Amino acid sequence: MSFFAQFDFSVIGPSLPFLWEGLKFTVRLTVIAMLGGIFLGTLLALARLSSIAPLAMAATWYVNLMRSIPLLMVILWFFLIIPLLTGKPMGAETSAIITFIAFEAAYFSEIMRAGIQSVPRGQVFAGQAIGMTYWQTMSYVVLPQAFRNMLPVLLTQTIILFQDTSLVYAIGAKDLLKAAEIAGKNYGRPLEMYVFVALVYFIICFALSRLVKHLQARTAIIR
Amino acid sequence: MNYHWNWGIFLEQVKGGDETYLHWLISGLGWTVAVALSAWVIALVLGSIVGTLRTVPNRWLSGLATAHVELFRNIPLLVQLLLWFFVVPELLPRDLSLWVKQEMPAKEFLTAAICLGLFTSARVAEQVRAGIQSLAHGQQMAGLAIGFTLPQTYRYVLLPMAFRIIIPPLTSEFMNVIKNSSVAFAIGVLELTFQARQMQEDSEQGIETYLAVTLLYFIVAFSANRVMALIERRSRVPGYIATAK
Repeated sequence: MSFFAQFDFSVIGPSLPFLWEGLKFTVRLTVIAMLGGIFLGTLLALARLSSIAPLAMAATWYVNLMRSIPLLMVILWFFLIIPLLTGKPMGAETSAIITFIAFEAAYFSEIMRAGIQSVPRGQVFAGQAIGMTYWQTMSYVVLPQAFRNMLPVLLTQTIILFQDTSLVYAIGAKDLLKAAEIAGKNYGRPLEMYVFVALVYFIICFALSRLVKHLQARTAIIR
Repeated sequence: MNYHWNWGIFLEQVKGGDETYLHWLISGLGWTVAVALSAWVIALVLGSIVGTLRTVPNRWLSGLATAHVELFRNIPLLVQLLLWFFVVPELLPRDLSLWVKQEMPAKEFLTAAICLGLFTSARVAEQVRAGIQSLAHGQQMAGLAIGFTLPQTYRYVLLPMAFRIIIPPLTSEFMNVIKNSSVAFAIGVLELTFQARQMQEDSEQGIETYLAVTLLYFIVAFSANRVMALIERRSRVPGYIATAK
């Protein structure tokens, strides 16, 4: 009696438009956090590798601190504490976007640091030898190679990021999981919704991880 | 900014109770450590088995192990937790289902530990597999050549090396388990994140609360890191790059 028979998956159909809105937010959050995180993360990586000691130290501290706190704590920090400090309330969605950029930057910076360090030193010297400035050497010589070397790892981190966005559930931002929960409550069938959402996450993440594998084989640098 | 700082809040009594906020945080810390350690044991045991099976020359066994890894790696932890807590009991036979829902002791804790353990086992399995595959293929052939069976080759030749090589990535996984245990608040485990939210609402001293809890997480994760570093030093393989320090 209490097997799948009592599950009623017909509630999925009518709630699809609502779930689609949730998925759109999840994807938007993932993409913004990925782009913002990689940009900020690259700057952090450059700072960590810079010869200016206070800058390197500050970046190292930031990265280590972010990496030792649970993401959930960071989400709650930004959502509850920043408004206390600024005196202005912030929407869950805005708060989620800021949090994920700040948090993911720490992880992306470690990847980019490894990527920059994987570029042979001679490349930097070659850039300097033909008269390029620091920023020119970085943006025309080092970073493009670092990106290419690290592309599979950056994408793998993005898959993790995509899954992690489900944690914005804790502050009530309407992502895919929250939308499913609301729809489940409205139709009185929360269990079917959880199963459906798990399936959606699985399909997307599985497909992306296959893509990464494919890419890994193709972009392996010939050296 | 007109925030009213009150660092003495931790020693004040909670509203409508005779314990202090410090009690809340310490008991939360206890549950966090309990969930994380139980999950870590499950993850290590299961992850080692699954990771090893992924490398064996048997299509069925390695396929099954791959399915395990893909299943637990591609669904967000929070969604898995909700599935274990709400959906899985419905799939059990009727009597067992009723017992799980109504009488099972420490239901939230066990669900969180099992769920986090399985989630992490997929990641541990990938590290174990990478460790085994990083060994020169000749090692396995050497084992077989001197008359070991395949299980013996794994037991005496491959695994002792593989485990020692993968200690650094296992260290990060251990720290991840501790951080990920915070998700357990969603099903009502009274761990640190749950207590932080409760204390923040009750005391209205959000900043002190979150600073203290962040510090506690930091201490636990750092201790785990040190323990693993000790194991790493003790079990170092002579002649490998990491030794040359």
